[in-house]
Amino acid sequence: MTTSALTTPTADRRPPALGGFSPTVLLIEMRRVLRNRRTLLFTMVMPAVFFLLFGLPQRGETLPNGRQVLAWIMVSLAVYGAMVATTSAGAAVATERALGWSRQLRLTPLHPAAYVATKVATAMVLGLVAVVIEFAVGAAAGVRLPVSVWLLAGAAAWLGSLVFAALGLLIGYLGPAENVMQFMGPVLALLAMFGGLFLPVEMLPDVMQRIAQFTPVWGGGNWPARR
Amino acid sequence: MRSECPAVELSGLRKSFGPVTAVDGLDLTIDPGEVVAFLGPNGAGKTTTIDMLLGLARPDAGEVRLLGGTPAEAVRHGRVAAVMQSGGLLKDLTVAETVRMTASFFGRTRPVTEVLTRAGIADLADRLVGKCSGGQQQRLRFALALLSDPDVMVLDEPTTGMDVEGRRDFWQAIRADARSGRTIIFATHYLDEADAYADRIVLVRQGRVVADGTTAQIKNLAAGRIVRATLPDADQSGLAALPGVEAVEVRGDAVLIRTGDSDAVARHLLTRTAARDLEITSRNLEDAFLALTATDAAPAEVLPTATVGA
Repeated sequence: MTTSALTTPTADRRPPALGGFSPTVLLIEMRRVLRNRRTLLFTMVMPAVFFLLFGLPQRGETLPNGRQVLAWIMVSLAVYGAMVATTSAGAAVATERALGWSRQLRLTPLHPAAYVATKVATAMVLGLVAVVIEFAVGAAAGVRLPVSVWLLAGAAAWLGSLVFAALGLLIGYLGPAENVMQFMGPVLALLAMFGGLFLPVEMLPDVMQRIAQFTPVWGGGNWPARR
Repeated sequence: MRSECPAVELSGLRKSFGPVTAVDGLDLTIDPGEVVAFLGPNGAGKTTTIDMLLGLARPDAGEVRLLGGTPAEAVRHGRVAAVMQSGGLLKDLTVAETVRMTASFFGRTRPVTEVLTRAGIADLADRLVGKCSGGQQQRLRFALALLSDPDVMVLDEPTTGMDVEGRRDFWQAIRADARSGRTIIFATHYLDEADAYADRIVLVRQGRVVADGTTAQIKNLAAGRIVRATLPDADQSGLAALPGVEAVEVRGDAVLIRTGDSDAVARHLLTRTAARDLEITSRNLEDAFLALTATDAAPAEVLPTATVGA
């Protein structure tokens, strides 16, 4: 064993449990994210404002299936908020790389998998917060749905955003720049549009509807409307 | 207290970046407890060597042994820590959060408040890292390095960009900590730092060790003294012919003589000429440094002996 060559007793020098994944890191990461006004603006405030802006004027109108248009808009924007939140949390890796933090981490026993797990967990907490805020605003504005639909729609919006946590991480590791989100913001908006989050996909031109079928959010906007 | 294996063992280390050879066959052994300055001009290969020593870069050739194992093993057991010259900090965390977060990456560490105190930044615990000065950030990096109570601490140009006061505070923190038995290796291009804080100086140039010894030994490498006097119309060639004289330079009324035998030159000047205001100075480390690291001179010409002492 290589450890036998070490001079200091290894008992108090063992690597961390779970490779360094711990509630401590998660908590500090959350505090850090919540400190970032820009992230908060784009993930929490903007979807809520959109909802009030575009949703409220259609208050009282119903979809062909009898559900409120307001509910459809709320769920759509919750999906969108969760997308942006998880992507930006994942893409934060780019900033950390640019700052040399990732390099610093390589000088600690932290396991790379634990680092990625922390990032995903942080992204998912942020995604959940985004969904909850949007739903709270919706409920306050008069959205009424059966409890099962609230839960299912919330779970779908939240768990679906896991894909975007992964996308954010990927871009964060590939992207050279610090401001990955300046690039990813428009990309997400485009994907949201193809997914029918801003307006029903059926309203898009034929070609775009075809393209939309091959994008990750496709169906995301239709699903709550059909329930 | 020496253990059987050296703290650091670098042998035949080589690393190139495209056409540029950063480290060119570097050998170095450092014993436990030594405080070693890794001194050289910018681009001498100091940082590349440190990166390989820490396992952040893979050598093209040669071997790195850190505390008898690989760098990765030493890192995994928290036996080595590094203070980099820049970066490596998250600006949107507070000082205390940074330390707590880093501590959670280790199995066991010194208490957070203890390392903050030892680094002299206990009063900055709640400040955002982005709002700290360069010197304060550097002391934070030092606090992080203290967490695992490492056997080897590596500092890569730790005071670059700091003002005089910041540099002094930083070194005070390091010195106050100086635990017996901890090996400290620091890269610097400040000669006075190497002179003041190291037991041993390793001079590198163009990716090789060109001199290695105690501060005094390094100074001796560029032995000789400078005799300076006011002497109008000095007989330059006559002075140059004196025994031991290496060079004579006339600057207006002043004459500067570099010599291995300053007594003879002084005696001559005072008894045979009208020289006055005589001064004798020994060449300082800076001269030694410049002589050894000047890029236009091949190391073999200036100093054939690369290693002194040891």
